Amino acid sequence: MIRTALLVAAKDLRIERHSRVLLWQVLPFGVMGLVLSGIALGPTHAGHSSAGPGLFYLVMLLVTLLMINRSQAIEGSSGTRASVATLGLDPAGVFLGKALALAVELWITGVVLLAGAVLVLHTALVGTLQALPSVVLILAALAAAGTLYGALSGGGQGPATLLPILALPAFAPLLIAGERSFSASLHGATLWQWWVISLVALAAYLAIGILLYGVLEDS
Amino acid sequence: MKQLSLRLLGPLTLVLMGLTFWLGLWVTPPDKIQGNLARLVYVHPAVAWVALYVSFGTATIASALYLWRRTRSQVMDRVAHCAMEVSVVFILLTLITGSIWGRPTWGVWWAWDARLTSTAILGVFALAYLALRRANDDPDLRARRSAVFALLAAINVPIIHFSVQWWKTLHQGATVFTANRTLLIHGLMAWTLLISFFAFTLLFFWLLRARYRLEVLRGERYQVVLDEALVQRRREGVR
Repeated sequence: MIRTALLVAAKDLRIERHSRVLLWQVLPFGVMGLVLSGIALGPTHAGHSSAGPGLFYLVMLLVTLLMINRSQAIEGSSGTRASVATLGLDPAGVFLGKALALAVELWITGVVLLAGAVLVLHTALVGTLQALPSVVLILAALAAAGTLYGALSGGGQGPATLLPILALPAFAPLLIAGERSFSASLHGATLWQWWVISLVALAAYLAIGILLYGVLEDS
Repeated sequence: MKQLSLRLLGPLTLVLMGLTFWLGLWVTPPDKIQGNLARLVYVHPAVAWVALYVSFGTATIASALYLWRRTRSQVMDRVAHCAMEVSVVFILLTLITGSIWGRPTWGVWWAWDARLTSTAILGVFALAYLALRRANDDPDLRARRSAVFALLAAINVPIIHFSVQWWKTLHQGATVFTANRTLLIHGLMAWTLLISFFAFTLLFFWLLRARYRLEVLRGERYQVVLDEALVQRRREGVR
């Protein structure tokens, strides 16, 4: 299973490196999202760092939706699914691999957007750096959940409008946990309960994905 | 016997619903503090009970049974689908009745309270389930994906249940029992509340049965249309 996971993750990341969709499309979209959030709040509120954590995670959710669609579209191209089925790859391994690749892409995006939050939304640098471990954890949970919901929405073959309605309600608790832990870091506190919730969510989505990912695939 | 109990389901539901409204609106006294507003207690908790536990629970159990190979059948998929549809109605009613109570009590129709928000999210989950079903044409794939989604959505139910303890926001905690299981409501009010729970639970099963029958008829109709199309196609081939 681990071997399959690493193979699938390496394949997805290699495709991403060659296509450069993350670099030229997703990252600029995320940065634009942060800037637009600041504009929407207005100069008085945007300069107030208390809105930073929430806006950062809101933009990350939108980026995650884009990335999930992208990740599933790779599998949706003609013949890919048939090839995977013929090879008899372990669905749990495929799930873990896709989740890992998505997590790596989200971590890269997250680091860039955190820098953007410091610059544009004036979140304190030290607090933002302290929030990094919780951001990594939340984004990993988002990647696991996103891979699952991506497959549910049709794995790149279903309508693109379906994914947001399926995934966003499930992302809401992660948004809350992320925003709370990020805000706590900015105020020099550590809210360990949000860490526990994030870890439980990550473990739960990984377990469900490992058990049920195969059920979601075309037979 | 089974047929008789099914036939009795409708009239019994109507009788209990009528009894609930008669007792709730005319017989029981108004509350000392909240006055007539407290009469919503005979509707809102019962509707929420059906929305969260009975209907969503039925959809979840039927989905789990569909995913388990031994019990996998079209019946389970249909029950899950129909229960989820009815669930949407009851979740909506829960939010509306809660809002009606919230406006004079809290001063707002909507508050960012943990229980309200998580219930609204459950409503979106239920709508998303229906959207997911419409997006898949292959019956087997549709059933499998919907079943997995229903199980994922069900994680929200315990969150809603414990939200008043975990976050301590506006929504009150347990109304009928205290934490140590002491009854907080007595006499006729308690009986009316109990009857309302039975009435709305029966209403759910009545609606579920009606919706299920409709789904079976739709399936049969689809089969007839499909058979006719096949016959037509064969005739065209012979010519």
